[in-house]
Amino acid sequence: MNRSTTLKLAGLAVVAAIAVAFPYVYSSPVNTNYGVYGLIFVTVASAWNIFSGFSGYISLGQAVFFGSGAYTVGIAARDWHMNGDGIFLLLPLGAVVATAIAVPFGLIALRVRRHTFIVITIAVFFIFQLMAYDFWFTGGTIGLPAPFLPWQAATFNNPFYFMALGTAAVTIALAWLIRRSKFGLQLRAIKDDEDRALGLGVRTMRVKLSAFMLSAFITGFIGGVWFLYITQVLPSSGYDPLFDLTIVLMAFLGGVGTIAGPVIGALIIEPGRLWLTTRSNIGWLANGYVSEILLGALFLVIVLFVPRGIVPTGREWIKKLRSRGRPAVSPTGTAERATPAGSRR
Amino acid sequence: MAAEIYRAIADGILIGGVYALMAVGLTLIFGVLDIINIAQGVLVVLGAYLSYSLSARLHLDLFVGLLVTVPAMFIIGVVIHYAFIRRLRGQERTAMTLLVTYAVALIIEGILYEIYGPNYKELNATYVTNSIHILGFYLPYIYLYGFALAVVLVAALYALLYRTRFGRSVRATMQDETAARLIGIDVNKVAAITFGVGVAVTATGGMMFGATNGGFNPNSGYDLISRLLAIIILGGMGSIGGALAASIFMLTVESLVTIWSPQWAIIVFYAALVIVLVVRPTGFFGRAPVRAQ
Amino acid sequence: MSALLRTAGITKSFGGVRALDDCTLEVEEGSITGLIGPNGSGKTTLFNVITGYAKADAGAVYLGERMITNSSPDKVFNAGIGRTFQLTRIFPALTVLENMLVPSKTKGKQSAMEQLEFVGIAGHHDQLAGTLSYGQRKLLELAYVLVADPEVILLDEPAGGVNPTLVGQIAARITELNRTTRKTFLIVEHNMEFVMGLCAKVAVLDAGTVVASGPPDIIRTDPRVLDAYLGVDVDA
Repeated sequence: MNRSTTLKLAGLAVVAAIAVAFPYVYSSPVNTNYGVYGLIFVTVASAWNIFSGFSGYISLGQAVFFGSGAYTVGIAARDWHMNGDGIFLLLPLGAVVATAIAVPFGLIALRVRRHTFIVITIAVFFIFQLMAYDFWFTGGTIGLPAPFLPWQAATFNNPFYFMALGTAAVTIALAWLIRRSKFGLQLRAIKDDEDRALGLGVRTMRVKLSAFMLSAFITGFIGGVWFLYITQVLPSSGYDPLFDLTIVLMAFLGGVGTIAGPVIGALIIEPGRLWLTTRSNIGWLANGYVSEILLGALFLVIVLFVPRGIVPTGREWIKKLRSRGRPAVSPTGTAERATPAGSRR
Repeated sequence: MAAEIYRAIADGILIGGVYALMAVGLTLIFGVLDIINIAQGVLVVLGAYLSYSLSARLHLDLFVGLLVTVPAMFIIGVVIHYAFIRRLRGQERTAMTLLVTYAVALIIEGILYEIYGPNYKELNATYVTNSIHILGFYLPYIYLYGFALAVVLVAALYALLYRTRFGRSVRATMQDETAARLIGIDVNKVAAITFGVGVAVTATGGMMFGATNGGFNPNSGYDLISRLLAIIILGGMGSIGGALAASIFMLTVESLVTIWSPQWAIIVFYAALVIVLVVRPTGFFGRAPVRAQ
Repeated sequence: MSALLRTAGITKSFGGVRALDDCTLEVEEGSITGLIGPNGSGKTTLFNVITGYAKADAGAVYLGERMITNSSPDKVFNAGIGRTFQLTRIFPALTVLENMLVPSKTKGKQSAMEQLEFVGIAGHHDQLAGTLSYGQRKLLELAYVLVADPEVILLDEPAGGVNPTLVGQIAARITELNRTTRKTFLIVEHNMEFVMGLCAKVAVLDAGTVVASGPPDIIRTDPRVLDAYLGVDVDA
């Protein structure tokens, strides 16, 4: 193993150790709460990235899977009269339902241009939110409560923390594996030039739909976890338009299409957002409308100043630092130094 | 029952005209700049509030007030484009424009809340409350005036696009930006003006919306933008005629479904979008699908 | 020799414009066939129809015994027809080597590197394809079309916008491939020297239909061909 791989593995081990130790070092529920929320969003942002980041089809409907996972667990727990630790067995069911939704959703939405795709995801999102309000079995405006868990308050968060951590770790590993695989390569080729990929035998619909379904599965699962954690789901919380945009922002801040990007983005934004809401009874911040303006301003700042995302920008800096003082290597080979064809708008 | 159906159809067509005003701006912006302006909903609401202030403070007639709000919104549009949108480039441009326009929407919404508060407002005038009696139901005059205005404006837009040199530049840019640049079209200027026009048109939509929606507050933008997006997809993104046709179609369908169930009407709205896209992925008048951008 | 790739009576219109009009073309197995014609004669449209990027209004396309008319591009590729584009299309955000691994029927990194060696850009395998020069992209496009081992290769202006040395290299590669593997080539080109020197048979397309076809020497002096080009100096 060469030096850089050893360094990377060591770094990974350190991060993993910190992650596992966190709830024991900062053991008060207030702190572990940050951990749980942070890791939930790391999972969703990474899952979103597996599909949208690699393929370039920006989905603003991730909440469809999240909320559906949550509602599935809630409805099943209620209708099958489940309580106690057994309700965690329902989590895979939430994931499966979300994936089942992704199939017709994807078959319709993935046949169209990228911009139309975005709008369809928005439309489907609103359909689901409205169904949550209006269907008889979803509890309507008051939503669904989660079954009572007779756990100690002091350590209530911890199992959720580790569940979220485990899911996040698996998701990140999956993202890494996919990126190295031919499947991931074909996804990225689709992002670059889908028609060209099609002409090279890539079964674009199959590839896109698979990634879409995987993203749905993970998000549906963690949606169920979230539901059990906060012990209730409402149409406005399970299907929250701001949720969708925040996921995009997280992935974007960290670097769309990278592995670490969504992780970093989520770990920066989610605790920050939580902290702001807990501080929201201080003075001028208490005014809910000002926080909206601030949030918008934050979005703008991020997009305008970190347009490539933290991870790619960071990589460039490291490259620049490394090559300082060394002359640039000129590529040998065929002569033409024409400007690259077709700059994007 | 028949009267209800006539009313619903009339409502649908006339309100459809109003929505057309807002949708046309959105589809134009998409066609030229290739971006989805999520802020369009809130901008309509802003237009409504501007009309409100002019009417309540200066007692200007609503239509007269448009002479102020339309240019004002045009300037706002150009400023937004210049400040935030002009510089967005690169592979992630789509995600960036979504975030930016959403951010702008949040900021505007927050400002509106600060200035006007959360309570619902309404635009009033004699022709809003007075109505004519036809076919067994009452139709407020404003609907007719608004529809007439919508027709006039859409016609004016067509004239602008097809009869002027600027319009030619716009159409050229819509079709092929690089080629347009190569023949000397100042694409940035075209983009800025188009964005401005797209937003200015919402001023009229805003006034009509404020007068006919039965009340509005800063939060009304969400409902609006989701409908507008569905409409422009249905009509074919970038097609003005399509936006007009789709607006009237969708609003009429929704209007009719409301008779049977008000709750489900809005879902039918979105469902119609999904169904049409299954059959015809480019919408009514969309251009042939070009999957690679 | 039998025709491996055959089109029969292809007609294709775009709005009011008839791009292809009862177009019938035969490409013999193992041959290097040229397709020439004035601008707007429908050459790229014919390629698009054959490879599934455009739907024919009428007519049929045959690969051997199989009818592949109006199949989707991925099916056409998997059936054994590879194709390059007039405006070179590569995947700019992927590395050169990654570009080679995208096609459906690749045979691993080893084989990909061999192809890159063959076209002469193996040294750049780790570079992002978007940073390649124009000529290098052309070579890359040729390489990744070859990597899946297609029976028939359609080249759309492979010598377009490329310096004379490179043109010679490309011609040499094609000849070598044809000699060693008996692959069939159909080449659209405006560069007459290139076509006449490389192709055993040349077909001429004008206004969407094949007006002449035969060996280069005959084509060169055929009055119909000269007429089709209408005053364009077809240099011998």
